[in-house]
Amino acid sequence: MISYDFDYHKPTAIQEALELFQALKKQGKKPVYFSGGTEIITLGRVNELVTDAVIDIKAIPECNTYKQDNRLILGAALTLTNVLDLQSFPFLEKAVAEIADNTARNKITLGGNICANIIYREAVLPLLLTDSRILLASLDGLTEKPISELFHQELQLKDGELLVQVMTDLEAIQLPFYIVKKRRQWGVGYPLITVAALRKQNKVHVAISGLCSFPFRNKQMEDSLNNEQLSIDERIEAALKHIPATVLDDVHGSDAYRIFVLKNTLRDILRVLGGAENDG
Amino acid sequence: MNWSIGKSPTRKDSLEKVTGAAKYTADFIGAQMLHVKLAVSSHAHAKLKKIDTAKAKQVPGVHAIILGPASPLTGDEVKDRPIMASDTVRYYGEPIAAVVADHPFQAKKAAELIEVTYEPLPVINSPKEALQPGATLLHKDLATYEKIPHVYPEANTNIANRTKIRKGNISQGWDESDITIEENFSFSPSDHTAMETRCTIVEIKPDGVVHITSSTQAPYKIKKQFAEIFGLEEGKVVVHAPFVGGGYGGKVATQLEFIAYLASVAVGGKPVKLLYTREEDMVSAPVRIGLDASIKLGATKEGKLTAAEITYLIDSGAYSDKGSMLTKAAAATCTGPYNIENVSCDALCVYTNHPYVTAYRGFSHSEILFVFERAMDILAKKLKMDPLVLREKNVFLPGMTTPTQTVLNHSTVGNLPNCIDKLKDLMNWDEGMVVRVADNKLRVKGISCSWKTSTISGASSGVVLLFNPDGSVNVLSGIVEIGMGTKTILAQLLAERLKMDINKIHVQMEVDTKVIPEHYKTAASRGTLLAGRALLKAADDAVSQLKHIASHVLTCSPDDLEVGYEKVYVRDEPETFVQVKDICYGYEFPNGNSIGGQVIGRGNYTLRHLTNLDYETGAGKSGPEWTVGAQGVEIEFDTTDYTYKLLNAYSVIDIGKVLHYKAAMGQVMGAMSMGLNHASAETFQFTQDAIISSPRLRTYGTFRYGDHPQYHVHFFETPHLDGPYGARGVGENGLIGMPAALANSLSIAAGVELTKLPLTPESIWRAKEGDEEK
Amino acid sequence: MDENAITLSINGRDTTCFVRNAATLLYILREKLGLTGAKPGCLNGDCGACTIDVDGEPMKSCLMLAVEGEGKKITTIEGMKQTTIQSQFIEKFAFQCGYCTPGFIMNCHALIQKHPDATDDMIKNWMESNICRCTGYKEIEDAVKTALRQANQNTDG
Repeated sequence: MISYDFDYHKPTAIQEALELFQALKKQGKKPVYFSGGTEIITLGRVNELVTDAVIDIKAIPECNTYKQDNRLILGAALTLTNVLDLQSFPFLEKAVAEIADNTARNKITLGGNICANIIYREAVLPLLLTDSRILLASLDGLTEKPISELFHQELQLKDGELLVQVMTDLEAIQLPFYIVKKRRQWGVGYPLITVAALRKQNKVHVAISGLCSFPFRNKQMEDSLNNEQLSIDERIEAALKHIPATVLDDVHGSDAYRIFVLKNTLRDILRVLGGAENDG
Repeated sequence: MNWSIGKSPTRKDSLEKVTGAAKYTADFIGAQMLHVKLAVSSHAHAKLKKIDTAKAKQVPGVHAIILGPASPLTGDEVKDRPIMASDTVRYYGEPIAAVVADHPFQAKKAAELIEVTYEPLPVINSPKEALQPGATLLHKDLATYEKIPHVYPEANTNIANRTKIRKGNISQGWDESDITIEENFSFSPSDHTAMETRCTIVEIKPDGVVHITSSTQAPYKIKKQFAEIFGLEEGKVVVHAPFVGGGYGGKVATQLEFIAYLASVAVGGKPVKLLYTREEDMVSAPVRIGLDASIKLGATKEGKLTAAEITYLIDSGAYSDKGSMLTKAAAATCTGPYNIENVSCDALCVYTNHPYVTAYRGFSHSEILFVFERAMDILAKKLKMDPLVLREKNVFLPGMTTPTQTVLNHSTVGNLPNCIDKLKDLMNWDEGMVVRVADNKLRVKGISCSWKTSTISGASSGVVLLFNPDGSVNVLSGIVEIGMGTKTILAQLLAERLKMDINKIHVQMEVDTKVIPEHYKTAASRGTLLAGRALLKAADDAVSQLKHIASHVLTCSPDDLEVGYEKVYVRDEPETFVQVKDICYGYEFPNGNSIGGQVIGRGNYTLRHLTNLDYETGAGKSGPEWTVGAQGVEIEFDTTDYTYKLLNAYSVIDIGKVLHYKAAMGQVMGAMSMGLNHASAETFQFTQDAIISSPRLRTYGTFRYGDHPQYHVHFFETPHLDGPYGARGVGENGLIGMPAALANSLSIAAGVELTKLPLTPESIWRAKEGDEEK
Repeated sequence: MDENAITLSINGRDTTCFVRNAATLLYILREKLGLTGAKPGCLNGDCGACTIDVDGEPMKSCLMLAVEGEGKKITTIEGMKQTTIQSQFIEKFAFQCGYCTPGFIMNCHALIQKHPDATDDMIKNWMESNICRCTGYKEIEDAVKTALRQANQNTDG
């Protein structure tokens, strides 16, 4: 139950949403875009997220797009279940299939997960590795950018900017991948760590969630993992040196245990996706 | 023939429960109802310097804000707990203030605006810390608290109770032993996690009658406590217990009912509802015990146990609630189901700055068995003996004496050797305990034995049977339907006794303490024994009334009559009969004369011959009978990353008599699941300041569909002669051996003695990599 | 208290009621409409006790604002009459305390409607959205699998 009140708006066009946002700001409000809304409702309940106006983007056609030509375009308001049912991006599907649970995935949206407050945002991992691009809307118009350019710990959106779509080249979708989510125990819930990997041009690329307080892909880590001069274990040890922030130590597991699990997982990845063999 | 016993008639609550019609406390909704929300402590131990409600009062819709009164103090055995904290908070989440408002969101908003100024005090984060010399005292007035006899708080310490077991001669036991082992075990408190969070509605009617509707397992206890604590007449306290959404012991405690009463008083008696959030239900409401234990066992080289010396430090949290009785139960059951001539055990109920504890399914038994049964495996390993063989050599048999020096007989204890034999068979024990299934995968078996009694002296139950004009019967019993289906079983017992169709027996689901005879508490696996015996007595009473009326109709002695098939008939001339429906409201002769009236069967039952335990030795009869069982777990273990899968779980239980097959199976499988869930994942995680991290279902690790193993359950039937049709209590037995069995399998699999719960891959990794401290 | 009128289609009937924008659908169903079959268990989307059916998909009604429900076809346990899954829950003793039962049944029913040919993996994937603390899930497994088998026979026939 949320103890504070907020306005609720449901625009049917991007421009309307953007204008609403600015108008509400002018009224002194702190509007937020509301997609699946699961996080606004659950964090709102404990006052970890407070707003006085929500703008529901689910009625905006562009945010519900699904299109596939030379690239796949997914609207930000598609639910995770929609993404799974489309069966057009196996890597992303594998990632989102482990987020929350089946019923919750009927409500959580792709854009919601990417822009979430929760630190895991696992949908981002395949998007980072496939060099996906995102479409943003602002009053200056629509801009398309590589996600790697905008995602640093979290998606760097300007005030009022709206995530509309995610685009991925079909070629990248075809590449061999590996993703594993390790939990403290049993089959549902937040990760201890989630590690995603993609094999491209004879190299393994890795993105990780749950290890630090944000998901990341790190170039030096990848270079270490692909260093053919080193044994597998040496590559992993070298990669660990490039973890970009403090390793989490929380209810899901200690920092030391996370490292233990990460090492095992990286070993699996190098075994499955190979380090030096050809792409075959 | 069997009319109903041993079969699986449809549960009487089926249609209500699958249609959403079944009403639980929170489902009673009224426009007049006001809503209560709590402000709770953000510290585990602190002085309350100031509670500022000025901003909260400004919130629209607020009617009243109540702060904790310093008195009266409450508590089941030791009165040590204020209704809400008044000058000191002793655990994280302790209620401090309650807001009454028109709508829940208003009450919540106001509660959020209450500003509390704390002065932090030193925090006690484990029983061991609490017993350190110079430890902060959580209850300085412990010596002056009101208490029942036979509970022994120790003044100027953090010990709320101590139960001692002194059986035989412990030094002689060590002399006779060839081999000894010693080990320490521990785990933190955890939660019941019933799907229904606790809820209550309190209203004071103009005539002063207090109506309490509550998600409780103990409505009659609430009635007595309200009278005692608030100085009310018992006749003016009425407790309603509708369907309860799971209890597992957690709804035996009275807590939010007291708060809601004060809230109702503050608004002139209007109905107020207090529904706990999940977080409050996990942390503010009472929880399950934690434990620090040390154990030393001695045995001959042939594997005969000779001595056991044990210390159980029960983490009771900030208050004792059921902690002192859990301590008594721990001591009474301290050796598991094994005969040891020389036993010395001290069980202590220890105050800490953790949430306070109450009953939990198993009432200390699973916790104690985790320690003892792990110790048995460690001993078996040292003896190089099959762990099941070690157990077989030492199990309790009729004629042996319990740690409390009660002599067991063929009725009071079931047949454990039978259970062990069957377990071997079910688990394919001869295959070996470890099978390698892949390079890094092992399939591993672990076992445990268990016994359970209920230390509930003075418990009684009453049943009333009301006949309807069509000859059908309404059953009134004070058992709360918390899920175990006991009311359906009562209907079965009556169908069997009256030889009638169970569909013509109607059970009253909701308890109303004003009109339904008292049943002690719906707890301790004693519903069927207590209420079942009361029901059979009520049936006999009804039968004798029916025979009395029929004897006039059929002009013979009542002694010549039998009741069955909805008739009263002459024993050796069954064709001479009168229909029950024609006499159960009296009988009208053809000439217009009438005799008799509505048949109302009455019955009651009280557990007999239980005694308090002697303070110095623990001698006494602690419970009515002991249900025994042998249990096992089979896991698949990954030797690389210490993860595991639960493949199979086994329970062989001597249940006395299977009354309702599917209900018994459901109880046992559900309990096994709970035991495995606790052992594998559940715990509160405390910071150094005893703050509980993330008390949410999302992170707590509750089993979901698919986490469960395949269940294998087998029943033996050694009758408990006092039980209805020989039945024994069974609601807890599926649970109590599971943590030990899982821990034993994992200890073998990982090649390290695991001594802590829960057994997550990380905790196994720690034990294995020798980094236990963190 | 700011409340707006909204119209919800629930169990085949349109109902207009006044709601706060911040009110969840669960709250409105229970407190305003008296449909108390959906249960509050965590209000955090974790337990599934509040599951209802929205446009053919199971939905945790604590994770949805009432205002989001406009224009959608909402079914609650009160709208379920003598379905196969309800009979199977009775037959297989797939409930004890019954508190999680309406949510489980709504989830099972949606699964049966959407995927009558569901595999074991898919059943697990769907069922793990709800928590039952009384049973060990075995009886629920039996109930949903039998109901699916029956649904399959009906489609085949």
